[in-house]
Amino acid sequence: MREVADLSILAQGSGEWLRGTGPESDIVISSRIRLARNLAGFPFIRKCSPEDRGQIERQVRQRLQTLPGWDDIQYVDIDALSEVDRQFLVERQLISREIAESEGSRAVAIDPKEQYSVMINEEDHLRIQVMHSGLDLDSAWEQIDQLDDAIEGEVLYAFHPRFGYLTACPTNVGTGLRVSVMLHLPGLVITQQIEKVFRSMQRINVTVRGLYGEGSQYTGDFYQVSNQVTLGRSEPTLLKMVGDEVVPRIIDYERKARDFLVEKGHQDLHDDVSRALGILSTARKITSEETMHYLSKVRMGVNLGLIENVAVDTINKLFIHTQPAHLQKLHGRVLTTSDRNVQRASYLQRHLLGPKGRPDELN
Amino acid sequence: MKCQYCDKPATFHITEVIGEGGPKVLHLCEQHARNVLQKEEPSPIASIAGALAKQLQLGQTKEELRQLDQKACPVCGITFFEFRNSGRLGCPMDYTHFESDLSPLLVNIHDSLEHAGKRPRRAAATAETQGDLIRLRKQMEEAVVREDYELASELRDRINAMQNTPGPSSRGLVSGGEDVSGVSRSDIPGSDSEADDADAGDGGNDDAPGEVA
Repeated sequence: MREVADLSILAQGSGEWLRGTGPESDIVISSRIRLARNLAGFPFIRKCSPEDRGQIERQVRQRLQTLPGWDDIQYVDIDALSEVDRQFLVERQLISREIAESEGSRAVAIDPKEQYSVMINEEDHLRIQVMHSGLDLDSAWEQIDQLDDAIEGEVLYAFHPRFGYLTACPTNVGTGLRVSVMLHLPGLVITQQIEKVFRSMQRINVTVRGLYGEGSQYTGDFYQVSNQVTLGRSEPTLLKMVGDEVVPRIIDYERKARDFLVEKGHQDLHDDVSRALGILSTARKITSEETMHYLSKVRMGVNLGLIENVAVDTINKLFIHTQPAHLQKLHGRVLTTSDRNVQRASYLQRHLLGPKGRPDELN
Repeated sequence: MKCQYCDKPATFHITEVIGEGGPKVLHLCEQHARNVLQKEEPSPIASIAGALAKQLQLGQTKEELRQLDQKACPVCGITFFEFRNSGRLGCPMDYTHFESDLSPLLVNIHDSLEHAGKRPRRAAATAETQGDLIRLRKQMEEAVVREDYELASELRDRINAMQNTPGPSSRGLVSGGEDVSGVSRSDIPGSDSEADDADAGDGGNDDAPGEVA
């Protein structure tokens, strides 16, 4: 494990979860699992003194340093980072907005593939996360379960025989498990079926929320499905509920919506996604909302075979790389909003006009 | 169209599909949209407030709630009122100290009161030991502030003695430590410092490439 203070090296690549591979990856962007854990013998973060926070950070860091197979882990002192760097890690989904904006001793450990991230001193002492591309919860669980056991081999977790793993917020107590699947559902949005689909799932204990906003009259096409309950059900039960019961049903609806769109209005749809690609690859300045909106259309066009010259992983990466902190990291300096709009347009152009969307440049 | 929370134009139109009463459309400016979208999950305060509201309807009187609000954890000092307002508890002992008060909340949120998932391979220290550890740490910090290093060092030794960091195989171990590695000596001025750690990794970035674009 090495400690780093400069994130430029991360900015060159992107996490494995953006590869656009794995089961159902035309619709499922990523599968993420996180565990909330606290050390016994310390107060929760809210009542921690600066000394307590420092102690927790040191204990966990020492433990992570000696984990077998974790030699190439990067350990980042979040307190020492610039605001752009913190935002950069938020955009990459490696840290939460909460830890980015809080104060005091706090850190994150990240593996080179960006599958694992371990936040220290977030809302709980430990937030362990594993993220995979596509619908791949079982192997993500296997990995996070092993890492949890390995950390627990040296530190003592706060655990209650009746309530399970104790967390600062009672909404996480028990398993401390949050299973989140990020879905791209433009078909259901265009056919205006999305609300109906989610309404039909309200009795199931899942939370669904829009992820990114979109321009003017459109709503977001990205949705995250997560378990709501953490106490009283085992981890496999919660994984099964999200991964085997809820998500496949939504995927099925989205496929039907896309089929419908292709059958009923092939020309219109083809025109729409092609225009989106046209704007993204020729605009001279573009906001992040507009970019999200058109990238979403292009992504569906690629997945339906209507756009042939762009790779889906290129699109996935562009969603992240065109966000404000990423543009600034790639440029190595702070950019104003209007500078960013110009740089974003030029970045999109470079990556979309190549013969295959030139995915190599993004790797 | 203006943002629902300020005077800036609404450029984000978000459909929230959680909660009761069906989906809800939000019209927000970029800043407020970011606040809404980047939260990992719905506000715990909202669900706690909701659960408490239900509790009130279920017969708990205002007077009972007022008394409950004043109840404080003897270990971390958090009052139920503070918890109710922040949505966050102060220490693991709160689950024991407020057990009967939290139970209806937990049932409302999770529809259950019994953990059914994995357990640590070794049992944690008893609740009392954990509470004592938190108290002793606090006393040690106060002693350091008062520059009473003799007491601080004595307290540190007691913490070390209590803290058990057993190996993964010692299943079922309760308290009464056999290992003293948990507490850093750097807490006591004049003892070995771990300050070096902070600089340890900086050298690794000299070769970090510059800008791409």
